[in-house]
Amino acid sequence: MNRRAFLRSAGALGLARAAAGPLAAFGTAQVAVAAAPAGARYGKLLVLVELKGGNDGLNTLVPYTDPAYYALRPKIAIARDQVIPLSDRAGLHPALASLLPIWKDGQLAVLQGVGYPEPNLSHFRSIEIWDTASRSEDYLQDGWLTRAFTMQPVPRSFAADGVIVGSSDLGPLAGGGTRAIALADTEQFLRRAKLAQPGAAGGNKALTHILKVESDIVQAASHLEARTAFETEFPAGGFGNAIKTACQIIANPSGVAAVRVTLSGFDTHANQPGTQARLLAEVANGLQALRSALNELGKWNDTTVLTYAEFGRRPKENQNNGTDHGTANVHFALGGRVAGGLYGASPDLTRLSGDGNPAYALDFRGVYATVLDRWWGVSSRDVLGGRFAPVSFLA
Amino acid sequence: MPARFLAAAAALALIAGPAASAPSPMGFDDARHLLVRTGFGPTEAEVRAYAGLTREQAVTKLLRDTRTTAGTPPPDWTAETTPLRYPRPEDATPEERKAFQRLQVRHGLELRAWWVQEMLATPSPLTERMTLFWHNHFVSSQQKVRFARLMYTQNATLRANALGNFGTLLHAASKEPAMLIYLDVAQSRKGQPNENFAREVMELFTLGEGQYTEQDIKEAARAFTGWSLDRDTGQYLFRPGIHDTGVKTVLGRSGRFDGDAVLDVILAQPQTAEYITAKLWREFVSADPDPREVKRIAQVFRGQDYDVKAALRGLLLSDAFWATDNRGTLVKSPVELVVGTLRQLEVAPGSALPFAVASSGMGQNLFSPPNVKGWPGGETWINSNTLLARKQFLDRLARTDDAPLPMAMMAMAGEPLAAQEKATVASQGVQDEDKLRAQRFAQQMDRGLRNVPFDAAQWVARRPGTTPEAKLQAAQALLLPLAPVTADRPHGDVDAVAFVRATLLDPAYQLK
Repeated sequence: MNRRAFLRSAGALGLARAAAGPLAAFGTAQVAVAAAPAGARYGKLLVLVELKGGNDGLNTLVPYTDPAYYALRPKIAIARDQVIPLSDRAGLHPALASLLPIWKDGQLAVLQGVGYPEPNLSHFRSIEIWDTASRSEDYLQDGWLTRAFTMQPVPRSFAADGVIVGSSDLGPLAGGGTRAIALADTEQFLRRAKLAQPGAAGGNKALTHILKVESDIVQAASHLEARTAFETEFPAGGFGNAIKTACQIIANPSGVAAVRVTLSGFDTHANQPGTQARLLAEVANGLQALRSALNELGKWNDTTVLTYAEFGRRPKENQNNGTDHGTANVHFALGGRVAGGLYGASPDLTRLSGDGNPAYALDFRGVYATVLDRWWGVSSRDVLGGRFAPVSFLA
Repeated sequence: MPARFLAAAAALALIAGPAASAPSPMGFDDARHLLVRTGFGPTEAEVRAYAGLTREQAVTKLLRDTRTTAGTPPPDWTAETTPLRYPRPEDATPEERKAFQRLQVRHGLELRAWWVQEMLATPSPLTERMTLFWHNHFVSSQQKVRFARLMYTQNATLRANALGNFGTLLHAASKEPAMLIYLDVAQSRKGQPNENFAREVMELFTLGEGQYTEQDIKEAARAFTGWSLDRDTGQYLFRPGIHDTGVKTVLGRSGRFDGDAVLDVILAQPQTAEYITAKLWREFVSADPDPREVKRIAQVFRGQDYDVKAALRGLLLSDAFWATDNRGTLVKSPVELVVGTLRQLEVAPGSALPFAVASSGMGQNLFSPPNVKGWPGGETWINSNTLLARKQFLDRLARTDDAPLPMAMMAMAGEPLAAQEKATVASQGVQDEDKLRAQRFAQQMDRGLRNVPFDAAQWVARRPGTTPEAKLQAAQALLLPLAPVTADRPHGDVDAVAFVRATLLDPAYQLK
């Protein structure tokens, strides 16, 4: 029986999530802890920014001195004189100009070649791998943050464990046993939360899930404040609004451990130049506003922001001025305590796989391990089911 | 004898099988369960029409009464045959591009309202449930396809084949112009085959993940070269000049396959029948398909040449479907919640559009599934955001004011601004007139939801039963699949409105 079937039938056998949970896959015992355990520093915030569709890393951090790059992309390569140089070999897509101040302050880490072994080229499967931090051949149910928060619970006093802004898909917070809230807009949430009614537990699985969500709502609502007035001007548009909502949630003194925002549209199979430029500008302007607002709150030094996506894109451009699904990618880590600079390794464009994709340099689970071990003080080995070398963008 | 009783007896005579050891009539609860699971939300009368039948007779009747076309006339523009050209930056002004976008938005709204109206009015809810099922299987989204009329023709194709032959449906759905655009099929040519379509056909439409290799995809992609869209006629067109005529090997079979031949190779795999059967199980029976039952029913499905009704019959007559533990264990999708509530409360709104919009707010925007995998469904319908949207909708419905204002009919986002609004834009320097439009639209949808003609007291009074308490019990038995969860409910000498409201807001009402 394959792994997925095993994990599903384990659920059917009534192994309650709280007891065996995701750890059944790793054969370790679960210890339920009520109070904030020693070592877990959830006062430090993680903000995840999902670049949904698979951002093209090669045009994000451009190897502007590499002739192979221009040979592979005669139409869509970023011209050398357009690039914002970060080093003598790599530079940013011009649309990311708003990130430059953060780079100059030494608070922006650029992670090169982030991927994993046996990469999967399907959106759904690959994002599942990233969200559950599984191996390519394993199918896990719970998000990596769900596992972290199950093993080392977030203090009950927090408004929620994690908040998903602007999407109904819980991603890294998928699965049961933790308080994950998905919402679009704080004020609307609070207005509607009056309708929630937690009931007695028991009954079938679907009903239990509903009752739990009702209860989470009531708790989150009792903590969240409606509005904080920021001086920072947030960019217009969906992503800017999501950043603003995230900041309002973060402003609440009760705290949350993680927030995720998503920007969609990166699946640029056709007409990439215009689309990617627009999206990257949104990302950069949004992140600039995020830093500004968090500074207003005095929280920037206690925040790490991490981008992620299901995959990068193929180095060779296709016939429609775009790129197809790829593998290793460029991502950003930024925050008050992030050690800025370039990490990992840029892809060797002369040594591509049969599929036309480069090898990875940093396993994404190492990036997660950095957050788990060094930011929160949660055992990455337990959460990720293995040892992954952290990246030194956090001390 | 009352006419109703005669009609029922006649119906029984028509469909009764051999009388030998006649199994007993299913009764109210079973009939309710069957209709809720296969429809949107049955009325008292609909349940009664089935309660006197045996399970087998009921399933036969359900499957016999399906349709292949919608009863509600579609908007006029769906019949247009103008070329499919949309204004590109190179050859159109920003004004023209905006006008095109607004037109498609407006048509898209009319289309959503049309479909919801059909769901509300159809005598065969199963037909619409299956059309919706296939919409979520052969996914395409207006976000990418843009032309609302292509979404319509695809919808019509899905309905025509929804309870027919899956093989026919697969071939037809793969060539729908909406699909060709959504999966970039038209951009696939010999030498540069587009793998996207081949991958989705195997991963999502037929075999499921892990049941094929990357090599199979590459080979299949070659077979699909030449499939394209003629933008002048808006139809599928095969272009032999860009078709790769070489030999391909797909799933162990070799030949000079074209796209249709590859589809047939895939259909020949037992896995295809199992994948579809398992998906139908999750739609109608439970969240955890029983592998042995799925295999058994899949064999019947394939044995009957992929007749969808044969698969449904197997599923709906399985022990798992009727098990008591299985009642009220599936989450209603937003459309089921919205349409089902209106049907059960016997509400006929003047415009269906606010209800399509409400469903979208709960996470199910018809004609715009989030990605190729479709709406994942099940428990994922419920999170803090969506649960509140669902409860707010129900709360408003239950609380409708006694003095309804005249409702704005079909408020269209694409309508030209009224003179007064134009003046507002000019004088107050509102930057984006689209913003004003959007605001006005939202207000009108809001009003649409609040002005629904529902009279709770009247509805309760029409319930069977001779005492007020009996009527409330009957209302609850119709609306809820399980005992209500919330302890402090109004009972006894109570206001019908408060009772209905409490029942709709009970967590159990989210389930079917």
